[in-house]
Amino acid sequence: MDYTFYLAVLAAAVTAGTPILYAALGELLAERSGVLNLGVEGMMLVGAIVGFIIAVNTANPWLGVGGAMLASGALALIHAFLTITLQANQVVSGLALTMFGAGFSSFIGRPFVGIAAPVSFQNIPIPILSQIPYLGDIFFRHDPLVYLTYILAPLMWFLLYWTRPGLNIQAVGEDPAAADAVGINVKLVRYLCVITGGMFAGLGGAYLTLAFAPLWLDGMTAGRGWIAIALVIFAVWNPLKAIAGAYLFGGVAAMSFRMQILEIPVSPFFLQMMPYLFTIMVLIIVTIQASVKRIGAPKALGLAYDREDR
Amino acid sequence: MLVAQKKFNPGYRIRWEKRLVSTPLINFSIPVISIIMTLLAGGAVIAAMGFDPIFIFQGMFTSAFLSFTGLMETTVKAIPLILAGLGVALAFKMLLWNIGAEGQLHMGAFAASGVALALPDAPAYIVLPTMILAGMVAGALWASLPAIPKAYLGVNEIITSLLLNYVAIFWIDYLVFGPWRDPAALGFPITKAFGQAARLPMFGDTRVHTGLLIAIAAAIALYIILYHSKWGCEIRVIGESQGAARYAGMNIRRNIILVMMLSGALAGLAGMVEISAIHARLQAGFSPGFGYTAIIIASLARMHPGWVILVSFLMSGLLVGGFSMQIHGLPVATVQMLQGAILFFLLGGNILTRYRLTIRRKKVA
Repeated sequence: MDYTFYLAVLAAAVTAGTPILYAALGELLAERSGVLNLGVEGMMLVGAIVGFIIAVNTANPWLGVGGAMLASGALALIHAFLTITLQANQVVSGLALTMFGAGFSSFIGRPFVGIAAPVSFQNIPIPILSQIPYLGDIFFRHDPLVYLTYILAPLMWFLLYWTRPGLNIQAVGEDPAAADAVGINVKLVRYLCVITGGMFAGLGGAYLTLAFAPLWLDGMTAGRGWIAIALVIFAVWNPLKAIAGAYLFGGVAAMSFRMQILEIPVSPFFLQMMPYLFTIMVLIIVTIQASVKRIGAPKALGLAYDREDR
Repeated sequence: MLVAQKKFNPGYRIRWEKRLVSTPLINFSIPVISIIMTLLAGGAVIAAMGFDPIFIFQGMFTSAFLSFTGLMETTVKAIPLILAGLGVALAFKMLLWNIGAEGQLHMGAFAASGVALALPDAPAYIVLPTMILAGMVAGALWASLPAIPKAYLGVNEIITSLLLNYVAIFWIDYLVFGPWRDPAALGFPITKAFGQAARLPMFGDTRVHTGLLIAIAAAIALYIILYHSKWGCEIRVIGESQGAARYAGMNIRRNIILVMMLSGALAGLAGMVEISAIHARLQAGFSPGFGYTAIIIASLARMHPGWVILVSFLMSGLLVGGFSMQIHGLPVATVQMLQGAILFFLLGGNILTRYRLTIRRKKVA
């Protein structure tokens, strides 16, 4: 096997990692503000089908992306209302969101099963950059949604660590009572982060139906939303580390897919298990490291904030 | 003390007041109200898709509860739901988020099938108990995979238990498409049929099987464990406050592993009864998401074993009714959508256990 094979796998790792990266960036933002949203899988599915339906009807993939983000943002709003305003249990609400999203996407998507998308995002090699040996092939011969993450992830990192709103988000996630005391509107920050996070998850879902595999299948996210949640832990809530993590997970998925094509003597079912087992293994290793280095989740993650309880 | 205050009418004011204790009436009416709200909201979505919601809901209810065959089918599907629901309820009681019931159920079915296929000629009094044991052990071991890292390292059990569902389902697919496939099945992904001895007996001519007795016995046993044993008391205390439990000298680590394994064993038992009585062979896609529905059941039943039985019947009716409406073009996914919606309304309604709306005549100042 020559190096072109490896370049192809690495380039595939980037495309396979992109939907996970979008979802992970969204979840990261919500968790930084202290709200755990386990509904990523459901929001991705709804984003995937809404984006697909709009693209089929308007023949414009960008409208599809916009619609997907609105739909998944609306779902995230339900989660935000239940957990922030009504202070419901974040775990159960997120699970409800995943189940509802899976059911709803399958419900509205039934007439669209097996239809090929009339339009999808095409690869546009970036002039000059795509000529860089190796790196050009891996990173700069993709579709616009991949390029968007190159900007979005560093932007989110900058926002979180170097701007006032970003530091406010961190404060709300670490110590909402203190944030409240210095005049930050805790509930508003959390609402904005959860809804924006949901929109990112929908964008990740739309990437699947509009670029990655331009068609709709029931439950086609196949656990990517959950892998994205694991990725947030892997990235220690840092957007830049999420990029590397997403390509690592994408690489494992791309590898398992390539190996099925190469007809190596391992059952395809075992190869399909690989991304899930890999995620579990990574999660265990990362948790051990985090406990040694004493780094971890935002301190108020998963807890509702109630002024009266101060 | 007030969360929101609205001037509604000059003479009165309405406000949220914190409750100190929740009343039984509230605890009972919230799940009921959330089901009604789901029917209203679900009906709106169904109507938006061009169906007549009244016709659909009436049809679902009639076919699930008002005909003999329908009622029997509802009972049949309630059996694995009760068992898996009990498992999830036990784990949730300790705030241990086992959402891997679907995978544990698949592994239970796998192990029970292995026993049934390995002992084709053994008598029922040997095969059936061995299958039950194998199913429970397999479910417990599968649940120990997320439990042990959780107990010793604090690895998030939600993600690991959920991801293992995918692995378990691929494992079953591997078996029924590969080494366990019945060569005579013309390419269908199924194993050979089990012998008659490996099938749980049915009541009369119905498909209702003795798994129902197992499920009810399991509910009673779990009730006694949770509310009338020292261990159950520990589980409830840990669920209420880990700090208090640690202070009282309870072994949280050991309880995480034990509770998760018992939870997995119940889900594994659900897989065993379903595969033994209904399918009598291992096949791909034998579970319509029993393990996920179990999460809704445990939440609606507020983790109480008795209520798990009742709620399982309701959820089973929803499943059976949903299937029967397929002939009218209703997507099967409607059921899953409604299940998610019930949980939303339940969570929203829970605020009434902590607050109450009061209307008072305003004092003239």
